[in-house]
Amino acid sequence: MTTATLAPESVGLTREEYEEIRRRLGRDPSPLELRMFGVMWSEHCGYKHSKLTLQLLPTDSPRLLQGPGENAGVLDIGGGWAVAFKMESHNHPSAVDPFNGAATGVGGIIRDILAMGARPIALVDSLRFGPLHETRSRRQAAGVIAGIAAYGNCVGIPTVAGELVTDPGYRGTPLVNVACVGLVRHRELARSRAAGPGNPVMLVGARTGRDGIGGAAFASEELDTASEREDRASVQIGDPFAGKLLIEATVDALRTGGVVAVQDLGAAGLTCASSEMAARGGVGMRLELELVPLREEEMRPDEILLSESQERMLLVVMPEAAERVASIYCRWGLRADVVGEVTGGPLLTVLRAGAPIVSLPPYALAEAPVYRPAAREPETLHARWAMPEVSQTDPAQALLALLAAPAVAVKRVAFEQYDHMVQVRTVVAPGAGDAAVLRLPELSPKGLALVCDGDGRLTSLDPYRGARRAVAEAAANLACVGATPLGLTDCLNFGSPENPEVFWTFRQAVTGIADACRAMKIPVVGGNVSFYNESPDGPVLPTPVITMVGVLEDVSSTCGAGFRRADDMIILIGKTDPDLAASFYVSAVHGMHAGRPADVDFDAHQRVLAVVRDAVARGWLSSAHDCSEGGAAIAVAECAALGGLGAEVILPAAPRADIALFGEAPSRFVLSLPEHRLRDFQALAAARSVPLTILGRIGGDRLRLAASTDHRWAIDLPLAEIAAAYDALSSIL
Amino acid sequence: MMRFGVVIFPASNCDRDCVHVLRTVLGQEVEEVWHEEQSLDGLDAVVLPGGFAYGDYLRAGAVAARAPVMAAVRAFAQVGGPVLGICNGFQILLEAGMLPGAMLRNAVLRFRCTMVHVRVESTQTPFTRTLREGQVLQMPIAHGEGNYFAPGSLLSTIEEAGQIVLRYCDAGGRVNHGANPNGSVRNVAGVRNPAGNVVGLMPHPERASEDVLGSGDGRLLFESVIMWLETRKRSLVGA
Repeated sequence: MTTATLAPESVGLTREEYEEIRRRLGRDPSPLELRMFGVMWSEHCGYKHSKLTLQLLPTDSPRLLQGPGENAGVLDIGGGWAVAFKMESHNHPSAVDPFNGAATGVGGIIRDILAMGARPIALVDSLRFGPLHETRSRRQAAGVIAGIAAYGNCVGIPTVAGELVTDPGYRGTPLVNVACVGLVRHRELARSRAAGPGNPVMLVGARTGRDGIGGAAFASEELDTASEREDRASVQIGDPFAGKLLIEATVDALRTGGVVAVQDLGAAGLTCASSEMAARGGVGMRLELELVPLREEEMRPDEILLSESQERMLLVVMPEAAERVASIYCRWGLRADVVGEVTGGPLLTVLRAGAPIVSLPPYALAEAPVYRPAAREPETLHARWAMPEVSQTDPAQALLALLAAPAVAVKRVAFEQYDHMVQVRTVVAPGAGDAAVLRLPELSPKGLALVCDGDGRLTSLDPYRGARRAVAEAAANLACVGATPLGLTDCLNFGSPENPEVFWTFRQAVTGIADACRAMKIPVVGGNVSFYNESPDGPVLPTPVITMVGVLEDVSSTCGAGFRRADDMIILIGKTDPDLAASFYVSAVHGMHAGRPADVDFDAHQRVLAVVRDAVARGWLSSAHDCSEGGAAIAVAECAALGGLGAEVILPAAPRADIALFGEAPSRFVLSLPEHRLRDFQALAAARSVPLTILGRIGGDRLRLAASTDHRWAIDLPLAEIAAAYDALSSIL
Repeated sequence: MMRFGVVIFPASNCDRDCVHVLRTVLGQEVEEVWHEEQSLDGLDAVVLPGGFAYGDYLRAGAVAARAPVMAAVRAFAQVGGPVLGICNGFQILLEAGMLPGAMLRNAVLRFRCTMVHVRVESTQTPFTRTLREGQVLQMPIAHGEGNYFAPGSLLSTIEEAGQIVLRYCDAGGRVNHGANPNGSVRNVAGVRNPAGNVVGLMPHPERASEDVLGSGDGRLLFESVIMWLETRKRSLVGA
C-alpha cells in the first residue's frame, strides 16, 4: 500500500486537513500514520468544531484541583478528599447495539475516573429514546438499561440517579449519556502527563483484539438505516469482570507511588493514549508493537494501534516500580506488559521488528485543527415561538397522561435493575428525592448529592434559555435534598456541526450554560460533546445534559420528595406566573413543541434555592420537590404518589385552569412541613423576599386539586389511580 | 471481640461493605481472606459476601464453589464454624453443595434491587439465635439469580427439618405471592444446613445495618452470631 492509494477522505479527513498534516510533519504521512490522524482528528477525539466554543465555559472555583483537559475534573471537598467526575456519551454504539453500547459506555467512563486515581462510587445515566410504544425504541430502551445494569452491577458501582425521556426527536438517534463520580485523596490524585525519559510504559488489563476498530470515526458519522446491521463490528464488547479487576488492580497500583502517569484506553486506543500522554507531558514515547499482548494472531499495525478493545489502561511507571506494578495486576489475574518507554526527544515512535513505522510529534496527532464553523439562527425558530390555540382538555385525564409520560413517571423499572445500594453509601435512593444522596463516611457527617438534567424540548425552542433552565433545574434538584452545588460536567448532544443551524444552536446552548454557571458560581470541570447525532429523520433534538454534584454538610438532615405525614401543610414557593409556552403539557397532551420558554431570573432563583436549602438543613421540611415538567399539579401528584398520601390543594388562580395546573415557570417548589414550622418558614422566605403560597394539606386517599377559589375540584382522583399512572413505565418496559 | 473472615473473590463487590459493618459498626476484628487462601486458622466466623465472584458468566457461584478457599470454608464448617453466605455467597454455598437447593434466574428475568421484608422461620442458627420466630426484618435484595428452587421431596425434607431460615413476606409478616420478589419456591429467602452453622440468604444484612441507610435490621444477624460466639467461648473457657 502506498500513500497514493490511501485518500484522506477514506480516513475521514479533508484535503485541507491532509495539507495541515504535511505541514506539521514536513513530509507526507505514511498510510499507517494517516489512519492514526484520521481517528485522532475525528470530531469524537479532536473536538475540532467545539473546542473554541467550549472555552466560554467557566472553570474557576476555589475548590478546583483539576479542570477540563484531563480524564476527569476534580474538586476539593475538604478533609484531604476530592471528588472526580465526568459525563460522556455513548450514543452511536448504543443506537447500533443497545446492550453492548451502553455497557461499554459505563466501562469507559469508569476508567476515566479511575485514571484520576479515584475509586468510583456512583454512576448517573441520562437516557433518551423515541416513543416507547414503538418497538424499536422500546427495544433500545430495554437493551440500554440492561447493558448499564450488567456492567455497573458487576463492577459494584451503584447507579443512583438518572433521566429517562422520550420524544419523537430521539427516534433515530437515542442518547445514552453516563456519568461516573469517584473519591480520591488529594495526595493520591493521578494525572495523564507522561514524564521521565527512560520510564517504562506499561499496557495493563485486557489483551488487544480486533474489536471496535475505528469506533471514534464511526461515532463522528451520521447514522443511516443500515447502521444497525453494518456498524455492529464497530461496537466494542464489554467484559465487566475484567473491568472490576482493572479497578481494583489500578487502585492498588497507584497506591505504590511508583506510577507517574495513567490514562485509559478508549476511543482510538493506544494511538490516543500514547499521543495524548506524551503531548501533555511534553515528552516523546517509543512503543514496540511486538510487546503488545494480542488476543488474535497476525494483527496489522494499524489494528493494534487503533483497537478499542475494552478494559485496558496505559501507565508510565518508575523503572524500579515496574515489577511491583506488574505483580499487582498479576495478583488480580490481569496482564501488565512493558510496551515501550518515555523518551526525551519530541517524537512518538512506533517500532516493528526494530524499525520505526511511525515517527511524529505527539502534539501533531493529539491537537486536531480547530474550526470556526458557520452559524445561523434556524429559520423556523421565531415562528415556533408563537403559541397556537390550545383547547382545554379534561384536567384529570391530562394529569394522568402527564404522570404516565416517561419523563415524569417513576423510573422504578430502571432503578430496580441497577444495584443502587452497593458500597453502603446510598441515603436517598433513586426516585425517592429530587437528587440522589450518598453519605461520605470518610468525611462524616458530610454527603454528596448527584443529579442530571437536560431538556431537549426547551433547548430546541430556545437553546440559550433551554440550557440555562437545565443548569437551574439541576441546582434546584440539589437544593431539595439540602445540597449546595459543587460543580458540573456536561454532555452536549447535537446534530452535525457542519450544519450552520445546528452549530448556532450548539453555541447558544453553551453560552447559556456558561452564563448560568457564572450567575450561580458553579464551575464546569469537564464534559463531552457528541455531534453528528443525525438519522434519516434529521438532527437529534438538541440536548445539553448537565450532571451536577453537590455537597451536604450533614447527610442526616436530607429530605425526600414524597409526602411524609398526614396533616402537614403544602406550600408553593417561588414566583407564581406559570405559562403554557414550551410546556410539557402542550407537548405531551397536545402534541406540539411550541412557545418560547421562560428564562431564569438567577437572582430570584438563588434566593429561592437558599430558602429551600436552609429549611432542609434545619430539618423543617417533610418533603421538597421542584416544579418542572407538568407544572405545580404534576409536582403535587408526584409527591402524593411517592408518599402514598392524598392531599387537597388549591393552586394560585390563573387565566385558565390548565395554566394554573400544568403551566411551567422556573424556580418553583412544592414543599410540605408540619404546621408548627410554618411561621419560622414564612419568616425565612420573607427574609429573602421569596413569595410563598399555602396550597393545602396532606391527608386522605384522594388527590384533589382546584385551580382557583371557586370551590370546585378541577381534579379529584383516588390515590390508587395516581399511583398506577405514575408507575406506567413498569408495564411498558 | 471476635475475629471474622470476609472472603474476597476477584469480583466480590460487597466485601468492603461487610468489612465496614463488622469492623466499624460492630467493632469486630476482620481478616480479608483472598480466594486463593487455603487455611482459615484463627477465625471465629466466615462471611462469603455478595458480588460476582469470577464474573459469573457461567451459573452464579459455579466457578467460585471450586475455588481453593472453598475447601477451607468446608473444613471450617465441618467443625462447627459459623458461615454466612450473602447473595452471591449464598449462591456459592449452594453450588458447593454446602446448602440444599439451587438458584434459578429471577422469575422476572431481570436483576432486581429493592427493599424487601423477610420473616424469621428458624432461630436454630448462630445468625438468628437472638431473634424470634415470626420476627419481620427489612433488608434490601440485589440479584439476578435469586429464585430459590428445590424439588418437592427435598423441599419437604428441609421444611420439616426447619432448615428454612427466612421467607419473603409483606410488612405485616404475611408470606404471600405479592411479597415474593423473585419467584422463589414458597418464598424462601434463606436456608441453613442441618447442623445450623451454615446459613445462606439473598437479602443483604450489611446494607441494612445502619439507620441512615433506611434499616438497621440486618445488624441483628451479625449481633446474634457475635453473642453466640461469645457464649461458646465462655462455655469453652468454663469447661
